[in-house]
Amino acid sequence: MPDSSFSQIVFGRLTLESFPFSDPILVGTFTVVAILGIAILAAITRYGWWGYLWKEWFTSVDHKRIGAMYMVLGIVMLLRGFSDAIMMRLQQALAFGGSEGYLPPYHYDQIFTAHGVIMIFFVAMPLITGLMNFVVPLQIGARDVAFPFLNNFSFWMTTAGAVLVMASLFIGEFAKTGWLAYPPLSGILYSPGVGVDYFIWSLQIAGIGTTLSGINLIATIVKMRAPGMTLMRMPVFTWTALCSNVLIVAAFPVLTAVLVLMTLDRYLGTNFFAGGLGGNPMMYVNLIWMWGHPEVYILILPAFGVYSEVAATFSGKRLFGYTSMVYATIVITILAYLVWLHHFFTMGSGASVNAFFGIATMIISIPTGAKIFNWLFTMYRGRIRFDEPMLWTLAFMLTFVIGGMTGVMLAIPPADFVLHNSLFLVAHFHNVIIGGVVFGMFAGISYWFPKAFGFKLDPFWGKVSFWFWVAGFYVAFMPLYLLGLMGVTRRMRVFQDDSLQIWFIIAGFGVFLIALGIAAFLIQIYVSIRDRERLADLTGDPWNGRTLEWSTSSPPPSYNFAFTPVVHDNDAWWDMKQRGYVRPLDGFRPIAMPKNTGAGIVLAGLSLALGFAMVWYIWWLAAASFVALLAVAIGHTFNYARMFDIPADDVRRSEDERSRQLADSGATP
Amino acid sequence: MSANTATAAPAEKPVFYVRDEHPHGEGGGTMLGFWIYLMSDCLIFAVLFACYGVLGANYAAGPSPRDLFDLPMLAVSTSMLLISSLTSGFAMLAMAKGRVAATQLWLGVTILFGVAFLSLEIYEFRHMISIGATPQRSAFLSSFFVLVGTHGLHVTFGIVWMIVLIAQIGRRGLTQANRRRMSCLAMFWHFLDIIWIGVFTFVYLMGMLR
Repeated sequence: MPDSSFSQIVFGRLTLESFPFSDPILVGTFTVVAILGIAILAAITRYGWWGYLWKEWFTSVDHKRIGAMYMVLGIVMLLRGFSDAIMMRLQQALAFGGSEGYLPPYHYDQIFTAHGVIMIFFVAMPLITGLMNFVVPLQIGARDVAFPFLNNFSFWMTTAGAVLVMASLFIGEFAKTGWLAYPPLSGILYSPGVGVDYFIWSLQIAGIGTTLSGINLIATIVKMRAPGMTLMRMPVFTWTALCSNVLIVAAFPVLTAVLVLMTLDRYLGTNFFAGGLGGNPMMYVNLIWMWGHPEVYILILPAFGVYSEVAATFSGKRLFGYTSMVYATIVITILAYLVWLHHFFTMGSGASVNAFFGIATMIISIPTGAKIFNWLFTMYRGRIRFDEPMLWTLAFMLTFVIGGMTGVMLAIPPADFVLHNSLFLVAHFHNVIIGGVVFGMFAGISYWFPKAFGFKLDPFWGKVSFWFWVAGFYVAFMPLYLLGLMGVTRRMRVFQDDSLQIWFIIAGFGVFLIALGIAAFLIQIYVSIRDRERLADLTGDPWNGRTLEWSTSSPPPSYNFAFTPVVHDNDAWWDMKQRGYVRPLDGFRPIAMPKNTGAGIVLAGLSLALGFAMVWYIWWLAAASFVALLAVAIGHTFNYARMFDIPADDVRRSEDERSRQLADSGATP
Repeated sequence: MSANTATAAPAEKPVFYVRDEHPHGEGGGTMLGFWIYLMSDCLIFAVLFACYGVLGANYAAGPSPRDLFDLPMLAVSTSMLLISSLTSGFAMLAMAKGRVAATQLWLGVTILFGVAFLSLEIYEFRHMISIGATPQRSAFLSSFFVLVGTHGLHVTFGIVWMIVLIAQIGRRGLTQANRRRMSCLAMFWHFLDIIWIGVFTFVYLMGMLR
C-alpha cells in the first residue's frame, strides 16, 4: 500500500498501535501525568515564569544552579522509579495461590527493567552529580567549574536521557530484559520491539553527559583549588568527588563503547554478542560490568564524602584519620576496577579466575571498614548534635555494615553459586544502595540545603521522613534476605509456594513505610519553603561548619567568593574562625564570570530528537537532527565572547547586603 | 610580603584571602581537560581492541585477514596519516611564530593528507564489501570494521575541526583562544596517529601472521 509506505517514511515504525491505549494502568498514569504537566505549564505561563526560568536557570552556567537542577531531576525521577517499586512489590504480594497478580508479564518485565535503569541512571547519578556540582567549587574556593558551558550541556544531556525513558512509558514500550539488557535476550531476534532501543539511546545520551561532567569536575578540582589548598588539605568530600569522577571518566567510555556495539548488532546485524557467526554474549557481560562495577563506587564514594563532612561537623571535631580516609578512598577507586567478574562467577571462568576476583572483592571491605572506624572515632568523645544529617549518617553506619557483610558473603564464589540471581542479591544491593547512597544523599541534601537556598529544612518533617525511610528499608528488605536464602530467584512474577507469601506481604508493607518517608520528605520541602522566614539562615554557617562553603552567604553570591580564600588547614573555615578571620569589607574588584548560554539545552534537545528518531527508525528525523547537532555545535565554537565582568560596585552591593544579614543575625560582620 | 603567600610567618597575622588578585583569564584547565577527554576516548578504542582481540579469529568459515588485507596499500595509507601528523606539527610551528597564513596553509596540507588516508580506507572498505566480506559476515569482520571505522570517523571529525579552525583563524587571527584550540587539535591528531599505529600493528600486521 502506498499509504502505509508513506507513513513509514514519515513516522518510521511509529503507528497508532504504539500508544498503549488498551492498558488501563498506563492510560490512567498518562492522564494523571498529563493533567499535572499541563497544570504546571499553565502555572508557569500564568505567572510569567518562562523568561525567569530560561534566563536564570535553563541557560545558567552557574554550578550552583546546575547542581540544584540535577537534584530536582533526581527527586522527580525518584518518584517514577519508586512507583515502579510499589507496583512490583504489590504484584509479588498478590501473585500467590493461583492468582496471576494484576500485571501481565510484558508489563511486569518492563517495570523491573525501568526501575533499575531509572534508579541508577536518573536518580542516583543526578543526585550525586548535583551534589558534587554544587559543593565542590565552594569547598575548594573556586568561582565556577573549569568548563561552565560543558556543565550546563551535561545536565541537559542527562535530562534528555530521562525524558527518553519517560517517553517509553507512553509511546511504545521499555526493555523487558532486566536493567543491563544482556544478550542474546536483548538482541533483535528476541527483543524486536523498541524497548531495548529506548534503553540504548537514553543511556547513550545520558552517559555522554556524565562523561563530560566527570572530565569537568576533575579539571576543576585539579586546577582551581584556592591557594594553600594542597591535595592533602582538600576536604574529604572533594577527595571522594575527585575519585568518583576519575571512576566516571575511566568507566563511562566503556559503557559508551559497549552500547555502540549493541546498537550495531541490533541495527546493522553485526555479530558482536549474538548469532552463530562467532559473536560472544559473555563479551557483553564482561564489558557492561567493567562499567557497572565502578559505577556502584561512583555512587557510593561521594556519599562517603558526605558522611565524613557530616560526622566531623556534627561531632564538633576534626575528622579522625584524614590521611587514612584519603588513602582508603584511593584504594577503593583502584580496586573498583579489579572486581567486575564477581557479578558473574557462574560464567564458568574456572576456579583460579573466580578465586582472584573473590579475594579482590573481599579486600575492598578493608578500606571500607577503615572508613567506618574513622567515622566512629570521629564521634568518640565528640559533642554530637543529632540534627537530621547526623541521623542519616548514624543510620548509614548501622545499615551499611550489614550490607557490607552480605557483600562479603556474595564474594565467596561457592556461596555465590547458590545465592546469585536470588532475592538475597537483590536485598544486598538495595542494602548498600539505599543504606549507603540514598541515606547519604538525604544527609547531603539536609546538610547543604540551607547553603543552597538560605533556609534550613524543617527538622520535624525531616525526622518523620528519616524514621519512615529507615524502618521501611528494614521491613522491606530483610524478608528478601530470608527469601533469597530459601532459594527464591529475582524477577519472578508469580509464585507456586504459598508459604512464601507472608514474607512478600511484609516486604510490601515496608515499601508502604518508605512511601510515607518519601511523602514526608516532599511535605518537608513544602513546609520549609512556606516557613522560610522561621528557618532562615542569615549567618551562612548554620551548622558551625568546617569547610570553605560555610564562609559564604546562604545562598552564595553568583561569584561565590569576593576574594579568593587562602587555605592554611584541612578544615579551612574552622581554622579561619579560630584564628580571627575578618571579612574584607572594601577593595572589591570586578570579577570575570562566564556568560549564560542556550547552546546546551538546544544541543541536548537535538540529541533527544536524534535518539527518538533512531528508536522509531524515523531516518529523515535522525539525519536532520544529526546535521543540526553538528551545525549548532560548530556554530557555538564561533562564539568567543563567553566571559563578562561583574562590576566592583555590584560585588560591593551584595557584600554589603551580607554584612547587613550578619548584623541581623547577631554575629559580628 | 605578597598577599598571595599561603604560609605566613608565625608571628604575623595569617592571610586568609587574596587581596591583590590578577585575572586568570579563561581556559586555564582546557589542556588538562582535553587530555582527560583523550584518555576517555582511548578507553573506547581499548574496548574495540579488546573485542578484536577476543573475536578477531572467529571467521565463521568466512574470509580471514590473509584473504582481505592489502599491505602495500596500507603502507601508503599509513604514511599518509603519519605525514599528516608531521604537517600538523608544521602548523603548530607556524603558529608559534605567529604566521597566520602559514598556519592555515599547513592545516590545509594536513587536511589533504587526512583526506587521502580516508579515501584509501573507504576504497578498502568498499572493496571488501563488494567481495562479500561485510561487517555482518563474521565476528572477525564486525570487530574489524568497527575498530578501523571508528578510527576513520575520528579522522573525519578531525578534518571537519581543521576546516572550522582555518575559518576561525582567518576571522580572528591567532588569538589566545585559537592557539588553545590549535593545541587541542594537534593533540587529537597525534592521538589518532598513535591509535592507528596500534591498528596497523595488531589488526593488519599480526592479522597477516595468523
